[in-house]
Amino acid sequence: MSIRIDKLGVVIGLIALYGMFAASFAVLKPNRILQGQAKSMLESLPGASGWGLLLLLLFIILIALIRVPAWSRLVGAVAALAALVFAIGFAAGALTPPGNSYARVSPAAGFWVLVFAFALLAADAITRLQPPPWMRLLFLGVFALLVWGIFASDLWAGLSIMKEYAGRSEVFWSEAGKHVTLAIGSLLSACLVGLPLGIFCHRVPSIRATVLNTLNLIQTIPSIALFGILIGPLAWIATNIPGAAAMGIRGIGTAPAFVALFLYSLLPIVANTVVGLAGVPREANDAARGIGMTDRQRLIQVELPLAMPVILTGIRIVLVQNIGLATIAALIGGGGFGVFVFQGIGQTAMDLVLLGAVPTVALAFASAVILDALIQMSSAVPQRATSA
Amino acid sequence: MIEIDAITKRYDDITVVDTVSMIVEPRTVTVIVGTSGSGKTTLLRMINRLVEPSSGAIRLDGEDSRSIPGHELRRRIGYAIQGHGLFPHRTVAQNIATVPNLLEWPKARVDAKVEELLSLFQLDPKVFANRYPHELSGGQQQRVGVARALAAEPKVLLMDEPFGALDPIIRAKAQEDLLAIQKHFETTIVLVTHDMDEAFHLADKIAVMDKGRVLQYGPPPELVRHPANPFVQTLIGDMQRPFRLLAVSTVAGATEPGEAGGEPISEDLSLQEALAELMWSGRRAAPVISQTGEMVGRITLDALLKHAARPK
Repeated sequence: MSIRIDKLGVVIGLIALYGMFAASFAVLKPNRILQGQAKSMLESLPGASGWGLLLLLLFIILIALIRVPAWSRLVGAVAALAALVFAIGFAAGALTPPGNSYARVSPAAGFWVLVFAFALLAADAITRLQPPPWMRLLFLGVFALLVWGIFASDLWAGLSIMKEYAGRSEVFWSEAGKHVTLAIGSLLSACLVGLPLGIFCHRVPSIRATVLNTLNLIQTIPSIALFGILIGPLAWIATNIPGAAAMGIRGIGTAPAFVALFLYSLLPIVANTVVGLAGVPREANDAARGIGMTDRQRLIQVELPLAMPVILTGIRIVLVQNIGLATIAALIGGGGFGVFVFQGIGQTAMDLVLLGAVPTVALAFASAVILDALIQMSSAVPQRATSA
Repeated sequence: MIEIDAITKRYDDITVVDTVSMIVEPRTVTVIVGTSGSGKTTLLRMINRLVEPSSGAIRLDGEDSRSIPGHELRRRIGYAIQGHGLFPHRTVAQNIATVPNLLEWPKARVDAKVEELLSLFQLDPKVFANRYPHELSGGQQQRVGVARALAAEPKVLLMDEPFGALDPIIRAKAQEDLLAIQKHFETTIVLVTHDMDEAFHLADKIAVMDKGRVLQYGPPPELVRHPANPFVQTLIGDMQRPFRLLAVSTVAGATEPGEAGGEPISEDLSLQEALAELMWSGRRAAPVISQTGEMVGRITLDALLKHAARPK
């Protein structure tokens, strides 16, 4: 048996080697806003631990380079990521001068590059393994548990981002709640409006172009401009409609952010509903009518099940988009993780920016995995035995 | 019995079906033939009100089809189309059970019906009930499509080019199956096709349509012997006339007393098949046996030629 080189493995290997030798592993800063001092992997990790990590990563790069079964690549990638997670926490303790509570240690470019390289390796291995949807959800659950374990164990307590968190833990969770409420709440309301609107557009072709073009137009308005446009009408509603102000409707704050996200969500949902319904085979529809289904029965028993994967794809787009967009809501006092991002930019404290950005990315990633699994599970036509 | 009474369908200024009247006898196979755009499919779809007529009436066993809601009417009438129209997200059993479930039959009755139909269409229930349509061959899909149309035991079955997507060998088999099923359930079948061979093979009566009108409606031999106009004659085909006549009669009707040598011919074969057998074996006559195997006489080349000749 000859050894064969894996092409993606070469790319991953090059990226990882760059991260190990050309980029710095951690940054030591005298305080949270000053420029720091870059430290290489061997400088960050004292004694044998640095060499140990170096050798482990080199060995895993070797696994990535040659063609071995996907599961062994997955084990290697997970081992590398776990080692990096431990190493950065360990480096934080080792680099911080004893008794100095102002000094900050943050992961530097090399660390992020290495995480990226091995995450790529893990993602590729998972794709090759083609796990069933429930297995992917299980992977995600295990991953979330591990992250929770890291927080609970004080492993990263020395890292700058965790020091930023420690001072704001209560605010962090209340902003997290607002972020999720904004993103998912606007998605749900968009579904409530968008699905019937999409079905209506499918049934009445003459209004389809008008509705879709209008939604398209809304989609092109920059989010900040849309917030501005909404201030007027919402302020008017708050002052002139009894009870509106009591419900929290104001020109700025959560209300305009919610409305803007809702409006942005409509296009993908309506468009995907229309496309999904249009993709239902003509014969199936004709037969459904011909054997005596009412329009409602045809919609529920034939059209929606067959269109569901496409509709869910639209919902997936919206959810990931909303989780990202909700960050902007902080600009008009809507809350969410954006609060930390904008505070951080204001204070030139990059670790505070990270405290807002990292959870946003993690949340978007998790929802993408969950919805992808749902889409595959909802596919009404099972994919088995097509070769028969 | 289906009485079609001066039925007309207009889309804006275009008249697709133009005052068509015809009566479909119960327990017969009526085939509507015509070129594309002749209005044959529209006429068929007006029987179950998938297309609402602009004027005129259709009565099923004397009852005006407009007296009940369209979807309830359609549950009583079987409907099978080209390309089967099976629901891709439902198993074979679920597809067949669609109409019984719409009619809210008890589950045991639905299950029994599905099993009966699958067996009748030579699809082993154990193997096929839980398969999905894309896991079947074209011929199997088509059979499931017809089984679904028959599941609620309709008296009338409408078929729109049901065999159009099948290859010739499977199509011939499907036609035989359909005739057997029709005898078994005594269903009244109205079938649309543009294939004249199929029409002559299946039909008790043929309706020829062109430009929205029925040009001629009668038993196949009548169409061959007395075509109503040049269009019908062209559609039947000048060269095909003698063979069409032979195709629609059986050996039984041309058997004469006497004896002949060689392999016997069964009396339920068509005269066309008998002629082919005589020509192939180089004989001028062949013995005829009944379905039970008794010798009943003989068939001669002369008798066959007489049957194929133009009526005097």
